[in-house]
Amino acid sequence: MQTIFSVAVDALAYGMVLFVISIGLSVTMGLMRVVNLAHGAFAMIGGYIASYAASDLGLGYGVAMLIAVIGTIVIAVPIERLLYRRIYGAPELTQVLMTIGITFCVIGIANYVFGPTLKTIPLPDTLRGPVDLGFRSIAAHRLFAIACGAVVAVALWFLLERTPFGVKVRATVDNAAMAASLGVRTRIIYAVSFAVAVGLAAFGGIVGAELLPIEPYYALRYMVTFLVVVSVGGAGSIPGALLACLVLGGIDTTGRYLVPEYGEFFFYLAVIAIVWIFPHGLLGRAK
Amino acid sequence: MKALLLAATAVLAFCGSAYADTIKVGVVGPFSGPFAIQGKNFKAGIDAYMALNGSKVGADDIEIIYRDVPTPDPAQAKALAQELVVKEGVQYLTGFYFTPDAMAVTPLLEQANVPLVIMNAATSAIVTKSPLVVRTSFTLWQTSAPMAKVASERGIKKVITVVSDYGPGVDSETAFKKTFEAAGGTVVESIRMPLSTNDFSPIMQRVKDSGAATVFAFLPSGPTTLGFVKAYNENGLKEAGIQFLAPGDLTQESDLPALGDAAIGLTTTFHYAVSHVSPENKTFVEAARKAIGNPAELSFPAVGAYDGMHVIYKMIEATGGKQDAQKAVDAVKGLAWESPRGPVSIDAESRHITQNIYLREVAKAEDGTYYNKEIATFEKQTDPGLAASK
Repeated sequence: MQTIFSVAVDALAYGMVLFVISIGLSVTMGLMRVVNLAHGAFAMIGGYIASYAASDLGLGYGVAMLIAVIGTIVIAVPIERLLYRRIYGAPELTQVLMTIGITFCVIGIANYVFGPTLKTIPLPDTLRGPVDLGFRSIAAHRLFAIACGAVVAVALWFLLERTPFGVKVRATVDNAAMAASLGVRTRIIYAVSFAVAVGLAAFGGIVGAELLPIEPYYALRYMVTFLVVVSVGGAGSIPGALLACLVLGGIDTTGRYLVPEYGEFFFYLAVIAIVWIFPHGLLGRAK
Repeated sequence: MKALLLAATAVLAFCGSAYADTIKVGVVGPFSGPFAIQGKNFKAGIDAYMALNGSKVGADDIEIIYRDVPTPDPAQAKALAQELVVKEGVQYLTGFYFTPDAMAVTPLLEQANVPLVIMNAATSAIVTKSPLVVRTSFTLWQTSAPMAKVASERGIKKVITVVSDYGPGVDSETAFKKTFEAAGGTVVESIRMPLSTNDFSPIMQRVKDSGAATVFAFLPSGPTTLGFVKAYNENGLKEAGIQFLAPGDLTQESDLPALGDAAIGLTTTFHYAVSHVSPENKTFVEAARKAIGNPAELSFPAVGAYDGMHVIYKMIEATGGKQDAQKAVDAVKGLAWESPRGPVSIDAESRHITQNIYLREVAKAEDGTYYNKEIATFEKQTDPGLAASK
């Protein structure tokens, strides 16, 4: 019984970390209709900036996180203006080619600037070390990641479903020309949505850094997992992404506990089954 | 005019052969991509050797030609080796970080009349694939078996092994298990994890549930090792007093700054620590750090490369710069020298390096950096893996 609880807690923690990192991609793919393979690259940039600010400049964890999220957005906005703007509405292959190109550039630059070694983001004392839950101990930063995931999910849902900005975003995505003729400044809407998505990527990169350490190949190494979460959850659906992360986290963690030698067999088996039954993802809308 | 040009070219060609030759050495390794740091270490080791011993053997100049295979890719490694031999005319092939790459090249050696000096690839069987292979790194049998001896000497009875599910991981598991069971211990469970595992919490739960008080682990160095060691700390295994034993790949010097305090007290066995105390190592580390740029990046592949160059220089001396692979290999059989890692020799039978294996513990130095502190030595270890596979 204790083991079941224990594995369940691990599954929840892993699922939430996946959610925090992947949700930004769900926004770009679902709402902006851009297959952004550079999502991992932005998460990595966030991680590098936070690591530099916290370990080389000696700033606090919270400050480093803030600087990293803002810094990543500052880097991303010119990229959006110069490159991404050209591929809105372009065929998916064009988007894939351009964003994978950006990813390789970022990998090369990160390797040159920060070197090929692993970088960590030093945690504050409150997040370090194990916390006793009564039946087992769990790392404090895992609990922090679970909390972050919950906050991001609620805040993002509120922003998109309950604010005037959310209405404009959805209108722009569904019919940009019509939205523009009704007075919505679509360029700004796109730029802001992109900034939000990139900011979420950076935030996820930092919160998830304990599980997925920062190194130049981060940008590609975990991209498949992020894409799987988005396609299983349904692009653009926040509850969908959350559900997908919890289901996949649960299957992956349980599989790894019971039969580690099967590797990711059960993870991908579940992905195949879900996508077969729900071609648009668990909670995705049909196009 | 045409005739004149032809004559000029002919004269030039003759001049070329009249002077001392340039002997080309082809290095195949991961110089870009996720394993670029290992290739960087190859280059640092080679540069350090040439900086200390000159770039000439006798009257012949040595020229190094690098070829990049970023991830294990036997077909690409073979194609590049062929290109090096045929187009560049290299007399020696060396480098090779991954076993499959080295394996793919062994069938070429005889016909190409080229010896292969392996600077890393650590599976026992490679040396049996061709009589022209010499290795200056280590094997997982060589580094894992002494750990089993340490475990039984410390009175440990029950161990759980956890390894990454690929060639070296399985080698490491078998080496530990066989040696440990021969010494009277029990391996209660052997877990093999997929290479792409990110979250190790469930594995740690398995370790706890197994009831063993000691875990023997092997993972390739890099991001996964970091996650594994952190999970070991955070899931309360360290607090519960479960001992952590591993081959030294896990506490590779370039990963130590990232592992930080989490690594303190990890016990490993390995053939080389950057902190090894000897005059030879001091000279080597100085030169290699200069070559690599960032001192924190220096780790074990550099010493494999350094000794690999030593072997190649000896081969060139023995053959007087003439291309004769068999003579070159025969010349280094039994060759003994003082390496930065300690006294070493090339075993005449297996053509693999015989060396000391050190028991180490991760410790914090006074300046706040972390290092592998050597606490015991197993002298003159050969590769037990070959004997075991016979």
